[in-house]
Amino acid sequence: MKTEYSDKSTLSSCFESVRAQGRIALMPFFMAGDPDLSTSAKILLSLQESGADIIELGIPYSDPLADGPVIQASAARALKSGTTPSSVLEMLNNLREKITIPIVLFTYSNPLLHLGMERFCDEAARAGASGLVVPDLPLEEAEKLSSIASKRHLDLVLLVAPTTPLQRMQRITENSRGFTYLVSVTGVTGERAQMEARVGSLVEQLKRLSPNPIAVGFGISGPEQVSQVRSWGGDGAIVGSALVKRIASASPGREVEEAGRFCKELVKST
Amino acid sequence: MASIGFQKINEEDLAIRARPNSLGRYGIYGGQYVPETLMPALAELEEAAVEAWKDHSFVDELNRLLHSYVGRATPLYEAERLTEHYRRADGGPRIWLKREDLNHTGAHKINNALGQALLALRMGKTRIIAETGAGQHGVATATVCARFGLECVVYMGEEDMKRQALNVFRMRLLGAKVQPVTAGTATLKDATSEAIRDWVTNVESTHYILGSVAGPHPYPMLVRDFHAVIGAEAKKQCHEAFGRLPDVLIACVGGGSNAMGLFHPFVEEQSVRMIGVEAAGEGVGTSRHAATITEGSVGVLHGAMSLLLQDDEGQVQEAHSISAGLDYPGVGPEHSYLRDLGRAEYFSVTDDDALTALQLVSQLEGIIPALETAHAFAWLEELCPTLSQGTEIVINCSGRGDKDVNTVAQRIGVHL
Repeated sequence: MKTEYSDKSTLSSCFESVRAQGRIALMPFFMAGDPDLSTSAKILLSLQESGADIIELGIPYSDPLADGPVIQASAARALKSGTTPSSVLEMLNNLREKITIPIVLFTYSNPLLHLGMERFCDEAARAGASGLVVPDLPLEEAEKLSSIASKRHLDLVLLVAPTTPLQRMQRITENSRGFTYLVSVTGVTGERAQMEARVGSLVEQLKRLSPNPIAVGFGISGPEQVSQVRSWGGDGAIVGSALVKRIASASPGREVEEAGRFCKELVKST
Repeated sequence: MASIGFQKINEEDLAIRARPNSLGRYGIYGGQYVPETLMPALAELEEAAVEAWKDHSFVDELNRLLHSYVGRATPLYEAERLTEHYRRADGGPRIWLKREDLNHTGAHKINNALGQALLALRMGKTRIIAETGAGQHGVATATVCARFGLECVVYMGEEDMKRQALNVFRMRLLGAKVQPVTAGTATLKDATSEAIRDWVTNVESTHYILGSVAGPHPYPMLVRDFHAVIGAEAKKQCHEAFGRLPDVLIACVGGGSNAMGLFHPFVEEQSVRMIGVEAAGEGVGTSRHAATITEGSVGVLHGAMSLLLQDDEGQVQEAHSISAGLDYPGVGPEHSYLRDLGRAEYFSVTDDDALTALQLVSQLEGIIPALETAHAFAWLEELCPTLSQGTEIVINCSGRGDKDVNTVAQRIGVHL
C-alpha cells in the first residue's frame, strides 16, 4: 500500500474512516442492468442512502465461472436487457455528481480484455469507479492490469480463497490494492446458512501478513454473518446473492425500495 | 489459402519448451484465468503430472492399460477405395486412416480419460467430474471410473443429452451420474462452466478430467500429452508402411484434442503439413457455426486465452454444429498458437459437407465415422485435387459414428 498522500487509495481511506467509527464496511453487490440500467442507477443511490460504505457493481458476463445460480441468472437477465460494459460505465458516469461512496466494479476477464485494459480502466476511472474485482484473474495474470489500473487511481483487488496456501496468501495480499477480498467458501457465490469456522482463522492469518483491510465475501446471507465477520476482525462484509435475490423477487417497481430496506437491516450489524 | 509448408518457422517457437513456456503460455495464448480457489489444485496437478511422467511405474501402468484395456496400438489403415475415389488421371494422394475409432469406447477420448484417472489415483482424489458434448468424453470418463471404482459425475448440456441419448444411457449403465445443464445454450460450453463450478466447490476431494486441450494450464498440455500416443504411433507406422514421414495430417477441431494428439509429435517436423478442420455449421457467413479459429478473435474462455467466438462486447457467442463434439465457441490455446505461427492450417466445412462425407466413407470403406470425424474427411474434397501423386495423407479417424446414426437418419429424412 502506498503511503504518499497523492496516491492514497479511495478504498483504503474508506476502510480507515469506517474503522475509526468502530464499524466494519458494508459492501453490497448487485448486477448492473438487472432488471434494467435505470433501475440499477436508483438502486445504487438507494444503497448509498441506506448506509452502504462501498458498492460492488457487477458487469454482466455470459459465462460467470465463479458465480452460483442466483448471480448467473441475474447476469443472464442483465444481458437480455441489453446491458454492456460500456453502458454500465456510462450509467455510472451519469451518477458521478450524486455518488459519494467508493464503487468497485466486478467483471470477468473477457469483457474487460475485449474492451482493452487501458480503455476499460480509462472509462472506469472517468465514471468515478475506485476499484476492480476480476474473479477469474489470479495473481499470476494480474500484474499488467494492476499497473494499468493504478496509474488511473483504480485499485485492482485480488482474492484469497480458503484453499490458498500461506506463502501464496502473503504474495496476494501484498499485491492486492485497496483491500484483500477473502472468499469465505470453497465454492461459487451464493447464500450459505452458515459460514465455515475456518474463515475466522483465515482472517487472523491475513491480518498477520499485511495491514491491507480484509473484506469477506461469498456466502454472506444476512445480518448474523455480517456480525460474524466483524467479530472475526474483518474490515468489510460483501453481501451479493442475498441482495440480488431480493431485488429479483421484488415485485416490479419495488426493487429499489427492497434493496434499500435490506441494506439498512445489514448496516445495523456492522 | 496457399500452402504454407515451405515457409520455415523459427525452431525455437516450435520447441517443446515453448509449448507451453514456463508461464503456461503458448505465445500469447493459454494461461490460467480461473478463480483463486483452483490455483493450488492446478499447481498440484501440474506437479503430479511432471512427476508421473518421470515415474517408470506410472508410464508402464499407463502403457499396459492402453494396450490391454484400450486396445492400442490402433492400426494405420490404407483407405484404398477412398484413395481411388480422389484419384485423377495424373494421380493423386494416398489416404491413410489412424483408426482411433477402434479404441475401447469408440473414440480417442479414452487415451486422456485413462491417463487422468491414473493421475487422480496418484493424487488420492476419489471423486471425478467431467464435461461432455457428444458424450464420447463422458463415456470414456465413466468407463475408466468404473474400471478404478471412482465416483463419477458428468456434466452435459440438456440439448446434447437429447441429441446423444444413447451415450447418456451408456454413461448411466457404467455407473456415472449424468448431470443435465440447462444454463445458457445447454451445450458443451455450459457443461464445461458447470463442471468448473463443481470443481471450485469440491476441489479438495475431486479431480476434474477435462476432455479437451482447452482450459487453464496445465490442462492443454496434460491432455495433449496423453493423446500424443496417436501421433507417436502414426509416425512409427508411417515409417513401416512407406518408409518416411507423412506429407499431410488432417483432423477435426472442436476443442482440438484429437488433432493436437496427432499433430504433437510432428510439430517440429516442418515438412509435414498439419490441417485442422472446424465445423462451419450452416455456413461461416451465417451466425450458426463453430468455426472458432477461422472466424473468432482473441479472448478468454474456461480459463485460457485463445481464439473465441464472441460478440462486440466480449460476450461468448453460441456455437452451432450438427456434431455435438464440435459445438464449442472456444479452441485449445496451442491451436491458436500454431495458427498464428503458420505452422498449422485451419479450415471449416459445413454440416452438409460432413453429412456427405460420413456417407461417402461409410460406403467406400465400410467405416461409419463420427460426425465430428466426418468434418476431417469432408476437407478431402478441397484438398485432394491440389495434391500430387505420391502425397501421403494421414487422417485421424477419431471416433466411430454409431452414436450419430439417429441424427444422420433424421437429417437425411429417414424415419427409424
